[in-house]
Amino acid sequence: MEKQREQMNVVIVGHVDHGKSTLVGRLLADTGSLPEGKLEAVKANCARTARPFEYAFLLDALKDEQAQGITIDTARSFFKSQKRDYIIIDAPGHIEFLKNMISGAARAEAALLVIDAHEGIKENSKRHGYMMSFLGIKNVTVCVNKMDLVKYSKDVFEQIKSEYTKFLKEVNLEAANFIPIAAREGDNMVSLSKNMPWYKGESVLEALDSFKKAPPKSEQPFRMPVQDIYKFTAEGDDRRIFAGRVESGTISVGEEVVFLPSNKRSRVSSIEAFNRPKQTESFAGQSAGVCLETQIYVRPGEVMCRASGNDPLPHASTKFRANIFWMGKQPLVKGKTYKLKITTQQVPVILSEIVNVMNAAELASVAKPHVDRHEVAECVFETMKPVAFDTVDIIAEMGRFVIVDNYEISGGGIISAPIFDEESFLREHIRKRDENWVRSGITPEKRAVKYDHKSAWIIIAGPVDTGKQRIAKALEEKLVEMGKFTYFLGVSNDLLAAEDNLKNMLFRKYESIMQLGELAHVLTDAGLILISSITNIDDEELDRLKALNRPNKTLVVNVGENRFAEGKVDLNLIENEATPAAIDKIVNLLIKSVVLDAEYFI
Amino acid sequence: MNKPFDKLDSLEAQSVFILREAYREFKNLAMLWSIGKDSTVLLWLARKAFFGHVPFPLVHIDTHYKIPEMIQYRDKLALEWNLNMVYGENAQALKEKRTYPDGAIDRIACCKLLKTEALKHTLAGTWPRYRLNHSTKKYEVDANTEPYTGVIVGARADEEGSRSKERYFSPRDRNSDWDVGDQPPELWNQFKTDFAPGTHLRIHPLLDWTELNIWEYIEREKIPVVSLYFDKGDGKRYRSLGCYPCTFPVESTAKSVHDIVEELRTGKFKNVAERSGRAQDKEDGGGLETLRKEGYM
Repeated sequence: MEKQREQMNVVIVGHVDHGKSTLVGRLLADTGSLPEGKLEAVKANCARTARPFEYAFLLDALKDEQAQGITIDTARSFFKSQKRDYIIIDAPGHIEFLKNMISGAARAEAALLVIDAHEGIKENSKRHGYMMSFLGIKNVTVCVNKMDLVKYSKDVFEQIKSEYTKFLKEVNLEAANFIPIAAREGDNMVSLSKNMPWYKGESVLEALDSFKKAPPKSEQPFRMPVQDIYKFTAEGDDRRIFAGRVESGTISVGEEVVFLPSNKRSRVSSIEAFNRPKQTESFAGQSAGVCLETQIYVRPGEVMCRASGNDPLPHASTKFRANIFWMGKQPLVKGKTYKLKITTQQVPVILSEIVNVMNAAELASVAKPHVDRHEVAECVFETMKPVAFDTVDIIAEMGRFVIVDNYEISGGGIISAPIFDEESFLREHIRKRDENWVRSGITPEKRAVKYDHKSAWIIIAGPVDTGKQRIAKALEEKLVEMGKFTYFLGVSNDLLAAEDNLKNMLFRKYESIMQLGELAHVLTDAGLILISSITNIDDEELDRLKALNRPNKTLVVNVGENRFAEGKVDLNLIENEATPAAIDKIVNLLIKSVVLDAEYFI
Repeated sequence: MNKPFDKLDSLEAQSVFILREAYREFKNLAMLWSIGKDSTVLLWLARKAFFGHVPFPLVHIDTHYKIPEMIQYRDKLALEWNLNMVYGENAQALKEKRTYPDGAIDRIACCKLLKTEALKHTLAGTWPRYRLNHSTKKYEVDANTEPYTGVIVGARADEEGSRSKERYFSPRDRNSDWDVGDQPPELWNQFKTDFAPGTHLRIHPLLDWTELNIWEYIEREKIPVVSLYFDKGDGKRYRSLGCYPCTFPVESTAKSVHDIVEELRTGKFKNVAERSGRAQDKEDGGGLETLRKEGYM
């Protein structure tokens, strides 16, 4: 088989009407990349509708686009040079369609930025330049277009070049090239034009070919965000496969891995693939499948990393500093709960601080309490549970995120630094709650004397169908019989379903955990022994429940296989343990933890 | 050290990533299988993504004007690969003979009835779905009438203008309508996976593939394709498959997958659009936008 050609994604950006679609149309036409008859058909269509022919019509396929003469959404076109294949992404220049431009540009490895020589540098010339820097596109060539309208003047070109170079420097970007062109006329597009003998640089086509592909990411630390865990038992397949794309680095069979943020460890037992020769290694770029030596429970979203060797691990934190750009119809505000999507993790997030807001075209800071549409800002975000990430300068794929507001992706961001902060959201929440809590003169001690027991929350946790609820109900009955003030609060399995397949289950789960913790706190504060049976919560959620119930006591009884980290569980019962034995053990735990008075029972 | 990772590997990895995202996020997910080369590659990519399994139903819209070999091939693979195979149809239009081949309506209207309408109702579960019973090898009315909220489709950006503007995850409203003027942002492989009740998403894992890539991949992976794509001696073959009254073979002597790859790379079809043999495109002013806005794939 013939060796495959290299492929590169290039985005065309710039201000509205500066000729981006014309440039692409001309490039396609001059390199013979148009389907046979396409040019003729578009020309004929123009003649029929009495409109002058535009190369842009080759791309602006949507009817509204042709009617209005503007590009609304990005289009992919395919073209080949001698050197490689290109996917050209033609992005709209109108501010209204910035989100479309970003969508196109985020896929690109290189950019051609078009500036109209006649109109000069406009607002979106700058905004798009800033976005290239933001999106981490290092290969940028600036095409100064419509040179025919300024009589091919070298002075005009040099003026724009010097002014725009200065701007790019402010956003930490350097253009590989500035090329004077007249796209409609074909000047300097695929070969140098006689109209500009003073220009001796590369043509647009040559400039494209001299862009360099980014080096493979195999050399970086290993990161594989887990997309899903598959087990197709019903089809007679017993493999338990951790599936995900390797974003960086390599991993081999036999190596020890650690999942973040949960910190669970195992060892790679095999690399799985369909219709491929057996592999012993997986590397950056592959959508891989990994089996592990031990059965560990991690959820989609955790990042698999190398535990052994010298790989630095990603951060696992609830707070970070980031630069974001906002595309939402509603402004980004403090305190509201949004959804953060980073790698394959999805967690609730709040904006906790705005460091500064900036107009991307003027690069001027504005002090304001929220971030409006099309603005960029430096912010601090806080997630409701830890997320694993690297800063964007270390591993770009691990430091980029989006923010979802009410079903819509409304912002994009890049993480510049983790923040390790004692005052986490939860602690702050509890502190405020306790501050606002008006208490009577009845202290917990007084209550304990009166009730003949201390208050506590007994969480009976563990995998599904292990007899938790049966034990919990029997325990309530027993304690009530003994004259203890006891209440059973069960949590239905559906409410906290483990496999988050359902929409927004994560949020419902997060909210349910918060509500449950608050409710428990009220009931234990009232002096009760509260009993809850809860299926499938993880370490992090258990910690949150305990925190919300503080300063009151929480005791954890696990039934069945113990999936919690060491030290989290106060008592472990076997799956479907008989009721009397289970009750005895739990009552003993209560005595040991001085919830119940020992002597009373003897 | 450089790892062997070429263009097809990278296209495959991206499509697999998209399929896995879709499978995790959508409870009622289905994949459209037109039996053509693109959706068959898509099906193969699903087997890649899920390690030999296809954990969602494959939906075929039977216009009853498909070339018979396509249906035989569909059922053969469905049994061999243990597929959850479902088909739907516009029984009423067929019964009342409101079709283009019956001379009752024009091509666009026929596409709308036999494909778009049938598809909408099959996806919504409002018309009967027929599911393949693997033990009897017969189709039976499917008891499941829940609407599919995620539909995986094999559209490619290089096919025609409106497809070049698609997102990987593309929302459709209650009436399956596509708002091309206001598509969601899509960046860094973060797709739109949150959607209001009543809306659904089309998922396009093949957007970045060209017709040539598809054939190169079929060659590399040895994916079985329907033999209508090959010249069997009369110097004609199908380049794109559809209903026989509206799809015409092209002049070509390509007899194997390799011949087709060569023909597209350097031969006579290097610069000829694939859908040039599809009559309905021309009647829509040179694009499929009108049909696609209303729910055509």
